[in-house]
Amino acid sequence: MHLAQLNVAHLLAPLDTPQLADFVALLEPVNTLSDAAPGFVWRLKGGDDPTDTVRHDYGDDLVINFSVWESRETLWNFVYRSRHLAVLQRRREWFQRIAEPYSVMWWVPEGELPDLAEGMARLARLRAGGPGPEAFTFKEFHDFQEPVISA
Amino acid sequence: MDSDEAVALLGDPVRRELYRFVVGLGRPVGRAEAAEAAGVARGLAAFHLDKLVDAGLLTAEFRRLGERTGPGSGRPAKVYRRAPAEHLVSLPPRDYRTVALILAEVVDLLGGDELAEEAARRAGRKLAAADPDASPREILARQGYEPYEEDGVLRLRNCPFHVLAEEHPLLVCSMNLSLCQGLLGGGAIAELDPRPGECCVVVAKKDRL
Repeated sequence: MHLAQLNVAHLLAPLDTPQLADFVALLEPVNTLSDAAPGFVWRLKGGDDPTDTVRHDYGDDLVINFSVWESRETLWNFVYRSRHLAVLQRRREWFQRIAEPYSVMWWVPEGELPDLAEGMARLARLRAGGPGPEAFTFKEFHDFQEPVISA
Repeated sequence: MDSDEAVALLGDPVRRELYRFVVGLGRPVGRAEAAEAAGVARGLAAFHLDKLVDAGLLTAEFRRLGERTGPGSGRPAKVYRRAPAEHLVSLPPRDYRTVALILAEVVDLLGGDELAEEAARRAGRKLAAADPDASPREILARQGYEPYEEDGVLRLRNCPFHVLAEEHPLLVCSMNLSLCQGLLGGGAIAELDPRPGECCVVVAKKDRL
């Protein structure tokens, strides 16, 4: 099984404003870093240009990251143990502070790509009902359990 | 083995020397290399290294040393590295870790990370003021970061806040960066450049390290 992660962030200003210029400039290096990271499987791209952000219908102020990784460890090492951390640390300059979870994970069969609507539904589920095997976080992680087949 | 028993094993000077040597290199170390560094016979070094493995302070594995492979390259050598387990000894018993974990969660819930970073920077300045003549490398070594030089920057082998950083990585790594900036003052530039298994901060030279 592979690990899918969706995270969302609400912009403080539109992407073409000076306030977001540093963030936009960091898109290409960070995407290059993620695509070359050990355990990286897939990410949803907004277009062929490395600075294209994911297109969606959930509001213009929402920036979406959606990716699939081989394991918790490989995703963790990219998020927190690579140059990505320094970008994450500057999030307050670009994104609103939100009290509810902004990131959700779940297991997907190898070779299958999850879709964005499913991811948004899982995030809603996490926000409404807390973490569980179908929608969880790094802090409240759920390892994949083979389903028990009853006779 | 209890932590106090494990730590007591380091009371033996040869064993302590071997432990420090292995830990200081940050890579698997063979018996011959460790023996030479400690100035003892290989057999004695092997005895002490295996004691440290039994105590859970080091781990051992077998691997081929050197370039040669295939027939004639010899058996894989036993190599040692630091065990990941933490040993805390406090007399009388103290438990700052639990309190730190609780407080970190509260800071997260309150969205107080910027205040935490400012407090960490002040704490760093205060710690550094105790020894104004120390070099960045000495300051970081004293705080337990285990600095080493690589490609002209100081990298930090040990994360002194490991358990907390696993639980609240963004908060604790940001605080740690601020703490290091406070510790180093204007003498060096600390920035985030984490690697798996090491501290998240690297320090670039301004003048001397």
